[in-house]
Amino acid sequence: MDYTNFFLMKEELSLIGVMLILLVYDIFSGEKGKRHFQTLALGLLGLHTAVNCLPREAFDAFGGMYSYKPVMTAVKTILSAATIIVLMQVNNWLKDEERRNKQGEYIYLTLSTLLGMYFMISSGNFLLFVIGLEMASIPMAALVAFDKYRQTSAEAAAKYIFSAAFASAISLFGISLIYGSTGTLYFDDLAGSITGSPLQVMAFVFFAAGLFFKISLVPFHLWTADVYEGAPTTVTAYLSVVSKGAAVFVLFSLLTKVFGALMEEWQFILYALVLLSITVGNLFALRQKNMKRFLAFSSISQAGYIVLAVLAGTPQGLTALIYYVLVYACSNLAVFGVVSIIEQRSGKTDIADYNGLYKTNPRLSVAMMLALFSLGGIPFFAGFFSKFFVFMAAAEQGFYVLIFIALLNTVISLYYYLIVVKAMFVKDNERPIETIRSDRPAQIALALCMFGVLCLGILSVVYEGIGQLAL
Amino acid sequence: MYELIINFLEGPVPMEAYLIVSSIMFFAGIYGFIARKNLMMMLISIELMLNAADLNFAVFNRYLYPEQPEGMFFTLFGIAIAACETAVAIAIIINIYRNLQDVDVEELNQLKG
Repeated sequence: MDYTNFFLMKEELSLIGVMLILLVYDIFSGEKGKRHFQTLALGLLGLHTAVNCLPREAFDAFGGMYSYKPVMTAVKTILSAATIIVLMQVNNWLKDEERRNKQGEYIYLTLSTLLGMYFMISSGNFLLFVIGLEMASIPMAALVAFDKYRQTSAEAAAKYIFSAAFASAISLFGISLIYGSTGTLYFDDLAGSITGSPLQVMAFVFFAAGLFFKISLVPFHLWTADVYEGAPTTVTAYLSVVSKGAAVFVLFSLLTKVFGALMEEWQFILYALVLLSITVGNLFALRQKNMKRFLAFSSISQAGYIVLAVLAGTPQGLTALIYYVLVYACSNLAVFGVVSIIEQRSGKTDIADYNGLYKTNPRLSVAMMLALFSLGGIPFFAGFFSKFFVFMAAAEQGFYVLIFIALLNTVISLYYYLIVVKAMFVKDNERPIETIRSDRPAQIALALCMFGVLCLGILSVVYEGIGQLAL
Repeated sequence: MYELIINFLEGPVPMEAYLIVSSIMFFAGIYGFIARKNLMMMLISIELMLNAADLNFAVFNRYLYPEQPEGMFFTLFGIAIAACETAVAIAIIINIYRNLQDVDVEELNQLKG
């Protein structure tokens, strides 16, 4: 066996290196060293992102088990940058009395889900894909259960692990049928041997259910709201951005590469799922009282928009998808940043608690407002451009009716995003949330997200750069 | 009819027999996951579904594609993954039991809206 193949997996190796250094540091640093643990983690992860941000030539390693394409660098960089922002937001929360000794665990669990997503993205075989998928979802359940003594956290974790295991069991059964009908698990060989027989169509539906669950498209979304509400807020942010972004990219590459022969079938399925996700997500978001549940339904409908780019299935669709994930990461992490700062300091998560926030915390409210505008897709914020590119990619394939319905839904989504803005700026509150001084890392994270929200749409170089990699 | 039964009993086991077993296991697992109220029983149902998939891999490999052991590898990895999943799920169930003194799904009703 050729062991030099290992050195080709640069991103994964450097992430494993970061994890090992942190593990050793966490064991051997004393009480004093623990204080610098998070700074070290952020520094190493930043270094890891910077080292791996330049794309390389496409290659296959381990006989096609692991395959790399330049566009994967863009996705992996976005995911690790989003992870850094989440870890910045978590800084203060982990320094609590109760969690100070567990900050190491939090960070390894987060990084091991990230590693699983890396493997999932670069897999060239269903075996590596399944291992990556499980590596991304099992530690996630542990993260959701991180607040051990809070019953809601345990309940959310139970709901998450049971739905995840159920979905992955169905998915595995589907993969076994695909293996039975083709005799191979390598994506390259599968592309030629899938012919569209009824067994393969059934196998595909079983298999895709597992991925749809991860993206939380509508018939598979029932876990989302409960898990998002029960999990610690920073974990919710991670779950809604990083985990979803990775799964959507993998869905795109699998559908176009492996299941290209079943295009008619999967276009029909995705058409229905996009329609349902956008509409149902929006309608349920309208009636939420809790901020985290509200964001859960908003993220379901955003997932519908992202999958619209998958439906297009062209290189342009891939560009739009990655760009959408990037913009969505900035806007959603900004919203979650504000929500988690407020939850940490005052323990309030209801939308009604945000009444009159502008009077006491003007900066946080403005940041939240800009991020919500971007999520809603108001022109000149990044969210507008990302939606525009997705619609354009779908329009080229002729999905006009679906785009029209999606456009109508943007208006509905704008309504409920504005409800939160109205609560912060217009409504009065007898006992508003007191003025909050947030910690420095959370401020930097919020500033980075704001930069993304305001500038990503105007800097056309970002979209063009992704487009060149995606060709 | 008589000959068919004799053939079935004395000849090699046909592949379809294994596939019927694995399909029954899989759908029994789905039924159990939906119908059971106890978290441990739900976990066992999921195990049943995962084992059905593993059985499928082994059978397809043995009967249809015996030249390469790809399916057997997948089975081994599938068993390992199922074990990880069970370990984490049981840890979470124990945590719930400590909080509620019960492992009934209907008790998991704090999050709703």
